[in-house]
Amino acid sequence: MKDAIRPYRGFLNRYTPFLLLLALLLVALPVAAQEPVSDDEVNDIARNLYCPICENTPLDVCPTQACQDWREEIRVQLSEGRSRQEIEQYFVARYGAQVLAQPRFSGIDILVWLLPIVAVIIGGFFFWRFLRSMQDSEQDRSGPAPSTLVSQSAAHTPPPPPDEDDYISRVEKEVREG
Amino acid sequence: MNEPISTTMAPVEQTAESKTERSGIRWGTVLVWVAIVALLGMLGWGLLNSTATQPEAGDAAPNFEMQFFDGYEWNDLSSASLEDMRGNVVVLNFWASWCVECRVEAELLESTWRQYRDQGVIFLGIAYVDSDPKSKAYMQEFDITYPNAPDLGTAISKDFRITGVPETFFIDKNGQVAHTIIGPVSANVLHNQITQLISE
Repeated sequence: MKDAIRPYRGFLNRYTPFLLLLALLLVALPVAAQEPVSDDEVNDIARNLYCPICENTPLDVCPTQACQDWREEIRVQLSEGRSRQEIEQYFVARYGAQVLAQPRFSGIDILVWLLPIVAVIIGGFFFWRFLRSMQDSEQDRSGPAPSTLVSQSAAHTPPPPPDEDDYISRVEKEVREG
Repeated sequence: MNEPISTTMAPVEQTAESKTERSGIRWGTVLVWVAIVALLGMLGWGLLNSTATQPEAGDAAPNFEMQFFDGYEWNDLSSASLEDMRGNVVVLNFWASWCVECRVEAELLESTWRQYRDQGVIFLGIAYVDSDPKSKAYMQEFDITYPNAPDLGTAISKDFRITGVPETFFIDKNGQVAHTIIGPVSANVLHNQITQLISE
């Protein structure tokens, strides 16, 4: 055994402190990573979640036992290294999409985002029509617009009779010839 | 000389323009009405949903799928649907570990299940809005052995429109709700309902 180690003795003597330090770091890092999760970290996620049995009360301030259990669940999941998104996904899968403070922009939930916009567009359309009808009735009261008058009079001007047409062309010819 | 021609053309152009404009407005109107009808439809659907009541005696029990907690099963299955249990009397109990009143009936439910399990009676526990570790601790505390499952997405409790926990539904062999108990169930009611449903 001693013979087997002998070639590496120099290396071991030289690097033993470094190897020890590396080993200590490898042990210490996971321990450091397992620091207790603070209430702030838990509440940061909890305030975006709502418990179905305590409507309109965010999870971070809800005093019921169920909500305390949920906060504990968040704490456990954070300590296991799960991200905010993963935790929220877990809660949605477990308790339904209604637990989210903000509905997702996907699936049927998309309607919650789109419906107000559609309602504004519809409202705008009716408002625009209302304004137009107001404008039209104002015009009706003050008489037809000049362009309409011209077009209407022109539209109702009968075409000149053929004789008159000849007469005009003859006058035009004489004028040109001087 | 050209002027009269141009003036006679103007109304023709304007008429065409106004026609296009009018047909544009018509399409817009159609779209707006479609949107209004859709919105009203959704509103009606929402209203119907919000006013719907929980299944009453004689109503078909809503079917649902459940994935049992680890260590729990029915007929050696780790997941099942209510329909799979047709032909048996089902006692469906909604509970939660944070529910104080659920603790009142927990032991009674387990002992009654043990008493009737060989007579075609199935007890089903559905954990409502409960975390897994707490649910498991609760079941361990009361030594609950009948099939239990979490209410994933609160879908089952929504279908049964429970008003809280505990709530118990007695479902007959044909899959119809026979009786509902809101609050903790008593030994008398439990035994009476089960014996009546078994004999049917």
